[in-house]
Amino acid sequence: MLLTQLTVPQVTVPFAPEQASTFAPHVDALYAYLLIITIFFSVVITGLIIFFAIKYRRRRPDEVPRPRHGSMVLEVGWTIMPLGIAMTIFVWGASTYFKAYRAPHQAMEVYVVGKQWMWKFQHQTGQREINELHVPVGARVKLTMTTEDVIHSLYFPEFRIKQDVVPGRYSQMWFEATKTGTFYIFCAEYCGTNHSGMGGHIYVMDQSAYQQWLAGGAGAESAAAQGQKLFQERGCASCHQTEPGGQQGRGPTLYGLFGHQQAIQNDGLVTVDESYIRESIRNPQAKLALGFQPIMPVFTDRQLSEEQILQLIAYIRTLGQQATTTTGASASGSTTGPTTGGTSPEAQRSNPLAPTAPRQGNSSPQLPPARGGTNSNR
Amino acid sequence: MSTEQTAGMPRHEWRSRFPTRNYLNADYGIKSWLLTKDHKRIALLYLISVTFFFALGGAYAAAIRLELLTPQGDLMQSHTYNKVFTAHGVLMVFFFLIPSIPATLGNFLVPMMIGAKDLAFPKINLLSWYIFMVGGILTFSALLFGGLDTGWTFYAPYSTSFSNTYVVLGGLGVFINGFSSILTGLNFIVTIHTMRAPGMTWFRLPLFIWSHYATSLIFILGTPVIAITILLIALERLAHIGIFDPALGGDPVLFQHMFWFYSHPAVYIMILPAMGVVSELVATHTRKPVFGYSFVAFSSLAIAVFGFLVWGHHMFVSGQSVYAGMIFSLISFAVAIPSAVKVFNWTATMYKGSISYDAPMLYAFAFIGLFVIGGMTGLFLAALGLDVHVHDTYFIVAHFHYIMVGGAVMGYLGGLHNWWPKITGRMYPEGWARFAALVIFVGFNLTFFPQFLLGYMGMPRRYHAYPTDQPVWQVLHVMSTGGASILGLGMLIPGVYFLWSMRYGRFAPANPWPATGLEWRTPSPPPTENFAVTPVVTWEAYEFRPVEEMAVIGPGKSADVPGNQNPLSHAETEEIP
Repeated sequence: MLLTQLTVPQVTVPFAPEQASTFAPHVDALYAYLLIITIFFSVVITGLIIFFAIKYRRRRPDEVPRPRHGSMVLEVGWTIMPLGIAMTIFVWGASTYFKAYRAPHQAMEVYVVGKQWMWKFQHQTGQREINELHVPVGARVKLTMTTEDVIHSLYFPEFRIKQDVVPGRYSQMWFEATKTGTFYIFCAEYCGTNHSGMGGHIYVMDQSAYQQWLAGGAGAESAAAQGQKLFQERGCASCHQTEPGGQQGRGPTLYGLFGHQQAIQNDGLVTVDESYIRESIRNPQAKLALGFQPIMPVFTDRQLSEEQILQLIAYIRTLGQQATTTTGASASGSTTGPTTGGTSPEAQRSNPLAPTAPRQGNSSPQLPPARGGTNSNR
Repeated sequence: MSTEQTAGMPRHEWRSRFPTRNYLNADYGIKSWLLTKDHKRIALLYLISVTFFFALGGAYAAAIRLELLTPQGDLMQSHTYNKVFTAHGVLMVFFFLIPSIPATLGNFLVPMMIGAKDLAFPKINLLSWYIFMVGGILTFSALLFGGLDTGWTFYAPYSTSFSNTYVVLGGLGVFINGFSSILTGLNFIVTIHTMRAPGMTWFRLPLFIWSHYATSLIFILGTPVIAITILLIALERLAHIGIFDPALGGDPVLFQHMFWFYSHPAVYIMILPAMGVVSELVATHTRKPVFGYSFVAFSSLAIAVFGFLVWGHHMFVSGQSVYAGMIFSLISFAVAIPSAVKVFNWTATMYKGSISYDAPMLYAFAFIGLFVIGGMTGLFLAALGLDVHVHDTYFIVAHFHYIMVGGAVMGYLGGLHNWWPKITGRMYPEGWARFAALVIFVGFNLTFFPQFLLGYMGMPRRYHAYPTDQPVWQVLHVMSTGGASILGLGMLIPGVYFLWSMRYGRFAPANPWPATGLEWRTPSPPPTENFAVTPVVTWEAYEFRPVEEMAVIGPGKSADVPGNQNPLSHAETEEIP
């Protein structure tokens, strides 16, 4: 069930940021529930204490009250009752989290690399931003993130989301902004000297403004195009075929590989997703493809930065995808209005300056790539 | 002075004859203190040390709050600020909160409450203090040389591969300090098992003992893990072994698992002794047994056990699996229940009690109220979907300060006041004590309540500067700093009058409140051997008995023993209307 389709009471809680994402009202509603419970118990306990303290205050210096040792009924009662309440909070909190955790299948992808002390964003269309992120309203945006150095945490308070970025691996986070405006970006994991300066703003724009902003980056190569250049320059092409057919190279053919399962040595199957590609570049012998020699060189962060790996991944994802751009505009299943997921084919045809995105959010790491048949309603 | 002479006399007029021989004057000279085996003297050594670290940690806190008065980072450079909050955390957590109650009140009272002459291993007890001092001096040196800037949480890879500060030296101090905890825990467990007086069965023990027993379990099972973790940090820094460095095949999140595996139980180390104190305060100052004794006792054990199973709730957004997150969230809710049970039982104890407003009871009231807020905000954090928003913000900071200051420190202060007459043979001035308690309570809430609001609004923690376009944030920060000033001043007041009381305070009788524990059946201050004859316990916990039966335990007629006054002229219990 989609997060937006969950019924959630629209509550505004005091001293809270704006609600600017589909997730925010759920968080605020849960917060309101907890506030009510906390205020209730605080008032009850404090009230009882004050009442007892006054009513049963010592009146004579030598009075000794009759002892009362306990009551099984009360003990069981005030164990079960808080446990029950706690379980309702657990279920609500866990279900909210679980639904928000899984990035939706169709989403506009943005790559994020954190480093001391800035956030670097790259759109699939090639625009790069530092400490700023422009996104369209109403679009699902999926962030694939890592860091070049220490652990940071990308935090959007108005969206009520954050996720740590950990060196050596990718983490993911997604959101759908529900209102236009300018909102904060913070780093929320202490990372050294300029931790408090490592932030900026996210600009949520309506579709036309976003298209204009994209067009303003004319000339910027898409991430996949940059990845393709790297693929040639760094010698990947010398071992890895990118077209079907032809002679098998020294390494596995990458055509159509992304999203599929790959047999590896020492028995096993691994899904070829962003993490596997990154690992194969940084540590080729870790999960060596079955039937191949361990001859791939290691590429350290001096040879290929995290951003460059992300560009290579963007390129590899295009290999074997259909040329027609399924824009994921409608495949999201959302019944609400505007195009999600970036440039539509119409926009591309009519705007010669708009870069041809090789694909716009039509495949996720978990699914095999769409081959043009999944999106029935454009 | 016998009870016949004191019967009917207003309490403020009778005085004890100060016992001529007690543990304070049993021997003189610095060597008699630094080489003592007496658990009571060791407790005082610890009292002086932890007070020093508390004051130092508090000074760092003042610096933090001063910087945050304005959004810009204009008081100190960010690098300095990072060292300041790290120092505050390291000093307060490892050198104040963890040792404070167990090493001062625990050391003093555990043998006395069970009717023993000392702990099982008196020399190891002294060794614990020396280890604590060595660790403290090393960490203090690290601060003097230039500090460390990793945060008290030492997260890798910042602490292992990026920080240029005295991580190994500071960490070494904490590592060594851990052994002090382990030895204290060992001492308490063995003592409680093997040295209880005849008739002192497990379920006649004061709840303070149950709490310290549970705490000691955590000491010995948890502390070795932080020791190894710090050692690995040092090895990583010095020898690049690669355990936390992904470039070498390591995992930075592994550090977090190891660190929090100890550091979550550590927070129960900080709160369980305070809960034990509160049980004693409530029983003493309402003159009733704690309601639901066995439930409170078992709750202490349950908290200790469950506390080891929830560490992942510090890591919901760190990259652990969503299923792990759910399990940790579920158990985190479960661990809140025993604490709630205790709060309900303390409240029920007050029903139809005889409630005094003496300072210890005021601190007990403060503890219960503030612990409810702190504990319930823990439920906010255990809820996965909500924690994503407030993790690493000031909401967390407010939550743990409500528990650690509003809970543990209130418990500590209440305990100091409650047992001050026994420890020093003097009464503190009650009027000033009540005033200070009020100032501390007001100052505390003004400091930390605004931080809940700041956190929900998105203010991250460990921030040297915050957005200048949020006037509400600055207003809340100014309130918080104002509160911190009041809190700091309030804390100074007991510092002054406790010292004053040691010279000018009214002499205290053996049992001023009175209370029922064995520790009150000794003169104030007690002799070195605590009890002239081994007590034989034939009564239940918190049982008020006729005055003759609650007198100082000693040879000869109890009424003749000095310091044996008790304001209860009769002990028939009555129904409170």
